[in-house]
Amino acid sequence: MSIQTLKSLADALAQKKISSRELVSDYLARIETLNSRLNAFITVDRDGALAAADAADTAIAAGKAAPLAGVPIAHKDLFCTEGVLTTCGSKILANFVSPYDANVVTQLKAAGCVSLGKTNMDEFAMGSTNESSAYGLVRNPWNTERVPGGSSGGSAAAVAAGMVPAATGTDTGGSIRQPAGLCGVTGIKPTYGVVSRYGMIAYASSLDQGGPIAHTAEDCALLLSHMAGFDTRDSTSLQREREDYTRDLNRPLDGLRIGLPKEYFGEGLADDVRVAIEAALAELRKLGATTVEVSLPNTHLAIPAYYVIAPAEASSNLSRFDGVRYGHRAKEYADLVGDKVSPLEAMYMRSRAEGFGSETKRRILVGTYVLSHGYYDAYYIKAQQLRRLIAEDFQQALTQCDVIAGPVAPTAAWKLGQMADDPVQMYLADIYTIAVNLAGLPGLSTPAGFSADGMPVGLQLIGNYFGEARLLNVAHRLQQATDWHLQQPAV
Amino acid sequence: MSLTLEQVDRIARLARIELTSAEREATQAKLSGIFGLIEQMQAVDTTGVAPMSHPQDVVQRLREDAVTESNRREAYQAVAPEAERGLYLVPKVIE
Repeated sequence: MSIQTLKSLADALAQKKISSRELVSDYLARIETLNSRLNAFITVDRDGALAAADAADTAIAAGKAAPLAGVPIAHKDLFCTEGVLTTCGSKILANFVSPYDANVVTQLKAAGCVSLGKTNMDEFAMGSTNESSAYGLVRNPWNTERVPGGSSGGSAAAVAAGMVPAATGTDTGGSIRQPAGLCGVTGIKPTYGVVSRYGMIAYASSLDQGGPIAHTAEDCALLLSHMAGFDTRDSTSLQREREDYTRDLNRPLDGLRIGLPKEYFGEGLADDVRVAIEAALAELRKLGATTVEVSLPNTHLAIPAYYVIAPAEASSNLSRFDGVRYGHRAKEYADLVGDKVSPLEAMYMRSRAEGFGSETKRRILVGTYVLSHGYYDAYYIKAQQLRRLIAEDFQQALTQCDVIAGPVAPTAAWKLGQMADDPVQMYLADIYTIAVNLAGLPGLSTPAGFSADGMPVGLQLIGNYFGEARLLNVAHRLQQATDWHLQQPAV
Repeated sequence: MSLTLEQVDRIARLARIELTSAEREATQAKLSGIFGLIEQMQAVDTTGVAPMSHPQDVVQRLREDAVTESNRREAYQAVAPEAERGLYLVPKVIE
């Protein structure tokens, strides 16, 4: 089986070469074969998918089909899906069947997409390896002893393994780009505010942004055109005209100036990743681009600032999980009740202790501390000041170039368990992606060859605000000239 | 920076997360490692830098004070651990 792009499937459906029921059945069968090994899906919505496929076939036959009618996709299990289990990778939501759809889910349904189910993820999107899921780790289809990246590891692995042609993801510090890079697929995190966060279970609200993961830049452009858009139900959604993100895909790259941040090519970057990135840059030069060295001098401050801002916002967002309105409630907690602990508080404390995993608890505790009385200025305000310096670095660099390029991650996918006991070491692996979220800029990952041991390497492209169409254009032209994105793992 | 066990207890209490005695020390070690990373922020002078909370510097939108949601109480309470006659049930808080 060769790569099936979303575009080719949409065309085949529109031309009635295949029915959505046949297509969806084929993918469901492939999921059934592979999921026991890869664990990329938490929930497979077989009945819902087949019913939606039949509805799409009826619409296509009647000539009233939506643009992506009948095309199978999957949603990261962080997007609320009405009537379908939505766990966010956490035991605390083990029984949460959402009573409503996220904006992204609503819009992709309206575009005709058929959801096959919900993909695995790090608990509450907190992780870079997909090992913190309460539903078990996800394996990288290129080598099942390696991590797929995270937190959208299930989405990236599912696309790479051909279990679904495309899937949604979310990116707070790299969670679309890094797993896309580590699994050899394409993913884009839009400018903050472009995709509505309504119905996305919140991690760090000032950084969270949804986006697509697919084989090609063209597929990402098609999906993003339907995922983006102003939504009154998200208070940080930006009031802008709808965009067709496919409009510039074929624009020539002549005269494109690519900035290479010297901080992204220094110490810590693995040699084999560097070689792969250089080869991809050479291809872009052949296509007419020029490269120039730029500097992002505050890069080293991005991780410390992120690990204040994200946990602070998480501690606030995750206070909603209290065992009262939804989610897990502890059965026994009477032993905790005492002079200083009421029965209600005891219920909260035990429910949260049982429901949250260790990494989620750590981030809630860090966030609680930095927001506590007397520490707010020293931590949260300080981190927001650094955030501005980091954002200004990008603006300075973007006066010298049109897009910024570099690696997505310092190494290719590492072994499962390698960083499981060392959160700080895992945090440092996000050095090239986190600053983009702090600045609120769009970022894309596109396949750029392989490491010395045959694992995919991702090239990251960073644009200025609302530069998604340009990033997709650069990645599309690169993909027209290379075949890295067409390579498939033997699963 | 390293946190004391008492600080760990206090944060856990504020966060309403029960920490068993077995978890306290491991949590203390891991949190201290994370705060060691965070402390790198303090080396930078940020005097006069305006904090950034949203990259677009947008202001909060206002809307008409009108009802926009329909009543879906039953659907929303169907996912509650315990609800009865439209009310969420919690352990007794008043003696």
